[in-house]
Amino acid sequence: MDSISLIGMASVITSGLTIGMGAIGPALGEGRAVAQALSAIAQQPDETSTITRTLFVGLAMVESTAIYCFVISMILIFANPFWDYVISH
Amino acid sequence: MGIMGLKDISPDAVNIWQWGVISMNATILYTWIVMALLTIVSWLVTRKLSTEARLSRWQNLLEVLVAGISGQIRDVSREESDRYLPFVGTLFLFIVVSNLLTIIPGYVPPTGSLSTTAALAICVFVAVPVYGIADQGLVGYLKHYVRPTVFMLPFHVMGEFSRTLALAVRLFGNIMSGTKIVAILLAIAPLFFPILMQALGLLIGLIQAYVFAILAMVYIASATRARREKEQLNKQ
Repeated sequence: MDSISLIGMASVITSGLTIGMGAIGPALGEGRAVAQALSAIAQQPDETSTITRTLFVGLAMVESTAIYCFVISMILIFANPFWDYVISH
Repeated sequence: MGIMGLKDISPDAVNIWQWGVISMNATILYTWIVMALLTIVSWLVTRKLSTEARLSRWQNLLEVLVAGISGQIRDVSREESDRYLPFVGTLFLFIVVSNLLTIIPGYVPPTGSLSTTAALAICVFVAVPVYGIADQGLVGYLKHYVRPTVFMLPFHVMGEFSRTLALAVRLFGNIMSGTKIVAILLAIAPLFFPILMQALGLLIGLIQAYVFAILAMVYIASATRARREKEQLNKQ
């Protein structure tokens, strides 16, 4: 197998694995966070604004790991440096 | 998505105008458009302000915006918002306008480029020590790096850099993923789904602008917090 097809295959498979596995953890974490925030709001409706703000900031922090995985998989597919190197040589 | 293809991961690569060695890419163009829009609108509105009960609706809009941002800053930092309002409010307004203008066809959000978001994150990276030193002096600010022990110094320094990187990549990834998803959906299901994802992208853009501003405020507040805790101890 020549290097072009090897690099193409590795990039595509790895990018799929990256986004797939990277989505599992944040999804579980965000689900837990939202469930806890909902029960907290149900118990203390007066604190809704504080809980919501903290929830949004926390969700963005949790979600950023999934976003890193997405960026990596986008780089692997669309802006792969090894692919560009092989193509140019 | 007009001028950006599916393969362009960042609007930096889209050259709009070239004259000799001087070239202008989409990021610079749309950043300047957003800045001009913000400046001209606020200049036009604040040209004739009224303190009476009757006020123009644009003045009402700006007052609501400024009061809302100021209230959020006060909630997060638990002190008066006057010092932080110019910096954090500017970050929020710039990011929110550049994200929400994506409903205009042909517009490419400058926050979907890693160079713009890195510049914004570096502003936060510089602003944190500036506010901290202005608040508690150089020695007082540097002291929090070696608390509780001197062994924490590398972790504090690493945390400064990693959170700056996280700020930049988070905003870039969210906005870039929004435009990419719309582009992919236009290729496979062009009838109705892109509109839904565009609406979701507007929501995400608003939330990310909020999160960026709030996180900047949290970082600044954590650099200036030590002095307040000391004052509270003295009061007790």
